[in-house]
Amino acid sequence: MSEHGHHDHDHPHEPVAGDDGPAATRARALEELLVEKGVVEREDVRRNIDWLVSRSPGDGARLVARAWVDPDFKERLLADARAAASELGLDAGPSPVVVAVENTESVHHMVVCTLCSCYPRALLGPPPDWYKSLPYRSRAVSDPRGVLEEFGLELGEDVELRVLDSTADIRYLVIPRRPEGTADLDEEELAALVTRDSMIGVAEPLAPASAAA
Amino acid sequence: MTFAVGDRVRVADRAHAGHHRTPGYVKGRRGRIERIHGSFTNPETRAYGSDGLPEVVLYQVAFELEPARTYVDVYEHWLEEVR
Repeated sequence: MSEHGHHDHDHPHEPVAGDDGPAATRARALEELLVEKGVVEREDVRRNIDWLVSRSPGDGARLVARAWVDPDFKERLLADARAAASELGLDAGPSPVVVAVENTESVHHMVVCTLCSCYPRALLGPPPDWYKSLPYRSRAVSDPRGVLEEFGLELGEDVELRVLDSTADIRYLVIPRRPEGTADLDEEELAALVTRDSMIGVAEPLAPASAAA
Repeated sequence: MTFAVGDRVRVADRAHAGHHRTPGYVKGRRGRIERIHGSFTNPETRAYGSDGLPEVVLYQVAFELEPARTYVDVYEHWLEEVR
């Protein structure tokens, strides 16, 4: 920290309480100011955080599973993800707009936010740490196939890879390809195959056998 | 709306001091309008306490980058016509 820059570290410091870094301190100071100035109420902050962290990839997985079993629903999901989500009782969130894209035999989408960490939190919960990391954010654009290989996904040469950079008000949700051998599964069993990473487009859904584990 | 799906555009190659949502790797690049997302408040003014009005149109622009086709959402005031 800069306030420590003016002296030599030849004496012990008090241990820092908790795991608060400078960013946490700044966030807390901002919250204090916003509350003090009446911009937000503390209760709103708490309620919003509660709601966001209560979301999970299971919500997005329900959407995907329904799209797999119901082609008409899939069309509605692709046309207007917010409206489709509300059919399943899911809230796509206050603002940014959610756009669903579909992976097929010939086209594969993967999502990144090169500028920060934009992510469809309302449908997938908080983003994984790697999604927010600088290496992913830069390499998803400069070497996307290399990134996918590191996630264990080797795309065929004939598959067109599309990288979606969610730079602005849109959040992207990938509808992955339905795995082979799932014709007999019901919607709930299918949803169990849909992983978070498959909805970011860096992995395929689970194979039916591994989901049983 | 100034642009239609399929139009060729170029992203303005300009510096912008302050918050903006146009990534550097597409500045000055040519692309094609893929999708029109609608109108949204302007993040460049909203970031500094404004209401972000007037709204600006947000486009999804496809860029043929070397490793893969990349789709970036770009606000209209960053796009220039390509004849």
